[in-house]
Amino acid sequence: MTELYKLSIHEAGELLRQRKLSAVELTQAHLDRIRAVDPKVKAFTLVTDELALQQAREADKRFASGENIHPLTGIPIAIKDVICTKDITTTCGSRMLEHFKPPFNATVMERLNDAGIVMVGKTNMDEFAMGSSTEHSAFFPTSNPWDLERIPGGSSGGSAAAVAAGMAMGSYGSDTGGSIRQPGSLCNVVGFKPTYGRVSRYGLVAFASSLDQIGPFARSARDAATLLQTIAGYDHRDSTCSQEPVQDYIKGLSGSIKGMRIGVPEEYWVEGTQPGVVKAVRENIDLLREMGAEISPVSLPHTKYGIAAYYIIAPAEASSNLARYDGVKYGYSYRDTTDMWESLEKTRQYGFGPEVKRRIMLGAYALSAGYYDAYYKRAEKVRTLIRNDFEQAFEHFDALVSPAAPTVAFKIGEISDPYQMYLQDVFTIPANLAGICGVSIPGGFSDGLPVGLQLLGNAFKEDVLLRIADAFEQVTDYHTRWTSAL
Amino acid sequence: MIDRETVQNVAKLARLGLSEEEIDTFGSQLSAILGHIQILEEADVSGVSPTAHASRLTSVMREDVPEPSYPPEVLLANAPDQEDNYLKVNAILEEG
Repeated sequence: MTELYKLSIHEAGELLRQRKLSAVELTQAHLDRIRAVDPKVKAFTLVTDELALQQAREADKRFASGENIHPLTGIPIAIKDVICTKDITTTCGSRMLEHFKPPFNATVMERLNDAGIVMVGKTNMDEFAMGSSTEHSAFFPTSNPWDLERIPGGSSGGSAAAVAAGMAMGSYGSDTGGSIRQPGSLCNVVGFKPTYGRVSRYGLVAFASSLDQIGPFARSARDAATLLQTIAGYDHRDSTCSQEPVQDYIKGLSGSIKGMRIGVPEEYWVEGTQPGVVKAVRENIDLLREMGAEISPVSLPHTKYGIAAYYIIAPAEASSNLARYDGVKYGYSYRDTTDMWESLEKTRQYGFGPEVKRRIMLGAYALSAGYYDAYYKRAEKVRTLIRNDFEQAFEHFDALVSPAAPTVAFKIGEISDPYQMYLQDVFTIPANLAGICGVSIPGGFSDGLPVGLQLLGNAFKEDVLLRIADAFEQVTDYHTRWTSAL
Repeated sequence: MIDRETVQNVAKLARLGLSEEEIDTFGSQLSAILGHIQILEEADVSGVSPTAHASRLTSVMREDVPEPSYPPEVLLANAPDQEDNYLKVNAILEEG
């Protein structure tokens, strides 16, 4: 029998339901795997081994009684450390929240706990989800399981690496400008960013509220479909959460994309994209055509403004959202003074890392008197133009295809210039600005490092993307490959 | 160009303490980033209304139904300092 940690969620679920495998065995196999390889990968900020075994025993009771069985019951899952877990530290990769234990669960956690998952731990991330490499974690960088000297992408780098290394069967992250899709691309896993409003943000620590969205990582489209299904849908505690009905994603996996219209955005072939990435993506597009899709070029003329608009809007929202960290209610607090203002300023000086400070500064600047119209308002108008580009494209296409990231994983420490790091998200940012859904799927390798293929879909067309991704997996084997670096 | 004075003013607005070194590096880094962002000036936004939110929803209303909340001890469990179920902070007003 193959190692338990290499099973898919669907294979493991089948064995659990037939009682050929216990949730405790499956969980122990993953905890053993974590013990063996996480000292090298460092995907976790916290391994919740005792809780995991307790949840596994609960899951086994469900299987014994035959009641309350869900496709994720007994499945070992990792959670990005930005999603609130009741009484379990939720650090956001920051000194500011190093010891913070939320008094409540995020809606997503409630749904996962109801399903009977086994949470194996909380995963490392760029501080407050700001970054593309997980190097901005206040604690330690995470390594890419495919090459330990390289970054796993970010900000959800720990969640992507945990799944790629077999330390969890699936995981959850958050995507504000590409923080699920880019690490998915760099770690050879499926990384899905749902439509804005598809998943509740209640209990997701806010970075940029008009852009943030929680989504899953998996080693197949089918597993991603189940992971997304479990968390999707209306929640009265998030007023931006949609009442739009959720499709049955598994049922939608027909295996065929015959006649599907897929557009290739002309503006996404930009200078700076590595030749190996371009080659892999072009080959994948040819493959989609051979599979029966109608492929044609499409123009998204305002693409070149994406990064600029994003780096006004996201920092502006962040500067407002992060005003709550004042050392009074929770989190790190500088107390070595009797002066209130000094205490506040020093709390934020010592509690936040450099990238977070940079973005707070950028956002506060863009929102300050005299610059609001020139920067913030203009960026929001450009956002409308980018959104219109997609609306027009989706009148003619079912999905769009592009690279997920301009490069393969780079070396830890290789990119030190902040703006160069921001360019990592050139292909992912527009989808967040427009609020549409997108996924990165394993699309081949360049010099032994994974290349992700990005599929973009219209709002609430998650089923279309999952169908394409699943059909693509039927004719490729990239998603089945395992790293030999561990 | 973001000079030292601008950095200090913005830091003050954000209540963000900065070291001398940070004031210098943020000045040059923010200048470089804003240099790239200037591309927004090329976009023709005449007659375009701003998008504040990717959600297709506006003015979401719900029934205002009272629900039980958390006990104070639970909400104060993460507080750096507290007394008698109140958050404790430094004096805000000087004694006259």
